[in-house]
Amino acid sequence: MSPTIAVVGASLAGLTAARALRDQSYDGRIVVIGDEVHAPYDRPPLSKDFLAGTASLDDIALGTPDDADLGLEWRLGTAAVGLDRSSRSVLLDDGSGIRADGVVLATGARARRLAGSDGLAGVHVLRSLDDAISLREDLASAGRLVVIGAGFIGAEVASTARTLGLEVTVVEAQPVPLAGPLGADMGAACAALHADHGTRLLLGTGVAGLVGTDRVEAVELTDGTRLPADVVVVGIGAAPTIEWLAHSGVALGNGVLTDARQATNIPGVVAVGDCAATWSTSAERHVRIEHWTNALEQPATAAATLLGAGERPAPSPVPYFWSDQYGARIQFAGSRREGDVARVVEGSCASRSFVTVYERDGRPVAVLGMNQPRLFTRLRRQLRSTVPATA
Amino acid sequence: MILVCATTALPPGEATRVEADEPIAVFNVDGEYYAIDDTCTHQDASLADGWLDGCAVECPLHASCFDLRTGKVSGPPAKTPVNTHRVLVADGMVYVEPGVAADGAA
Ligand SMILES: Cc1cc2nc3c(=O)[nH]c(=O)nc-3n(C[C@H](O)[C@H](O)[C@H](O)COP(=O)(O)OP(=O)(O)OC[C@H]3O[C@@H](n4cnc5c(N)ncnc54)[C@H](O)[C@@H]3O)c2cc1C
Ligand code: FES
Repeated sequence: MSPTIAVVGASLAGLTAARALRDQSYDGRIVVIGDEVHAPYDRPPLSKDFLAGTASLDDIALGTPDDADLGLEWRLGTAAVGLDRSSRSVLLDDGSGIRADGVVLATGARARRLAGSDGLAGVHVLRSLDDAISLREDLASAGRLVVIGAGFIGAEVASTARTLGLEVTVVEAQPVPLAGPLGADMGAACAALHADHGTRLLLGTGVAGLVGTDRVEAVELTDGTRLPADVVVVGIGAAPTIEWLAHSGVALGNGVLTDARQATNIPGVVAVGDCAATWSTSAERHVRIEHWTNALEQPATAAATLLGAGERPAPSPVPYFWSDQYGARIQFAGSRREGDVARVVEGSCASRSFVTVYERDGRPVAVLGMNQPRLFTRLRRQLRSTVPATA
Repeated sequence: MILVCATTALPPGEATRVEADEPIAVFNVDGEYYAIDDTCTHQDASLADGWLDGCAVECPLHASCFDLRTGKVSGPPAKTPVNTHRVLVADGMVYVEPGVAADGAA
């Protein structure tokens, strides 16, 4: 009987894993299980062009005509509810199970919700296509939007809503947005885009609660201010989708714990993408990365691990992400820590066109660009070659 | 036919962008010249700003790779190829013929 590999999660990491298995000459059965009814689609446009109505469902489909040749068995609209370690079976919500020789965990992450916001119309999170469609419908008839959280997704939703003509207020609990990933100075430099485009940004302000009975009417802040709102978007981060593995014996932390080659503690089970907390030799800890490029890059390694394709050296990727806000292209590569020194090497923050290099002990460890794709790309490449190869 | 630049202005490993009906990116790969549509088929990125890796260019935004010889794309998020254009070199000058596919391109 031909072997079976089950891929759980039918999005970027899952589809890429299936492609990588075929790429690496696996010709057994591949079953892809996804709880969404939709064929794999791309998430980044959900806060950008798709939300604005300028990209269609077709435009954001991840599948290509070539994928028909992969011979995948799709189980869409079906959730995995458990993993039985002894028989290595994926248990499904319809009561059936899939015995597999190999399992790829690619269940991603889900948006964190605001406590007490359930059941209140007009309050949204943004993670899935269905979320984006319902938010888009709501924005179409709204005048005032309040975004809770000035992270990348919150900022992108604010930017899109401005292009749709809404009045937008962004509320952020931290004194500076994006200070974690970018540092305070550069976080402020990126957040300046809000004011440029007429979005009100309230910093260092917590949310006390939402006001409204059936439908949200306002957001109440900890200082007592009430911000009237027709629509509220909660953009306070995401948590890995791993609850379904709670009793599986798979080691879990802030995500499914894997080694640098994406192997979990259970032989024949690998994890990739937003759900995986992967051992980083340079950081000396498990790191879970919620970026598109990471979900695209990890599956090749995971497939090789699953297929036992020799001891390839563990990759030491340089994390990369982008964000598009108010027509500005923000790109970041590497990892920044507290204490790293940020230096603008090209352009200026004031002109909204710059490249910043972050240095640690005189060595570049990260680079940030705004509207500078060419120089950014060159420096990102150099970063790749200066990051010490890890065995 | 469009004049791109002098060969000396486009050393190996470099790319430049010329305006045509649709902008065109011209690359020098170890002395061989290639021309493709400059605008990525995914979103509005200039491929002349991308990273040359052998006979492919990686889009500067989301890293889809395009083969300079055929225009084919190797991986997501872009799904459709770019057009190639024929390049001519004469008297130390580089020219492109917009709309005429490079020899050997699909
Ligand atoms: C609105 C938005 C904008 C973004 N913009 C950017 C950007 O500009 N740049 C960038 O770098 N990154 C961006 N990202 C992040 C990027 O989209 C993610 O990193 C990427 O989608 C991760 O892919 P994944 O396959 O690991 O997880 P996901 O895309 O989360 O997919 C996981 C899939 O598994 C399914 N699933 C979960 N549990 C189960 C189960 N038990 N059984 C079956 N199926 C299950 C989920 O429904 C989902 O379909 C954005 C994300 C969002 C939401
Ligand atoms: S714009 Fe080129 S890959 Fe997205």
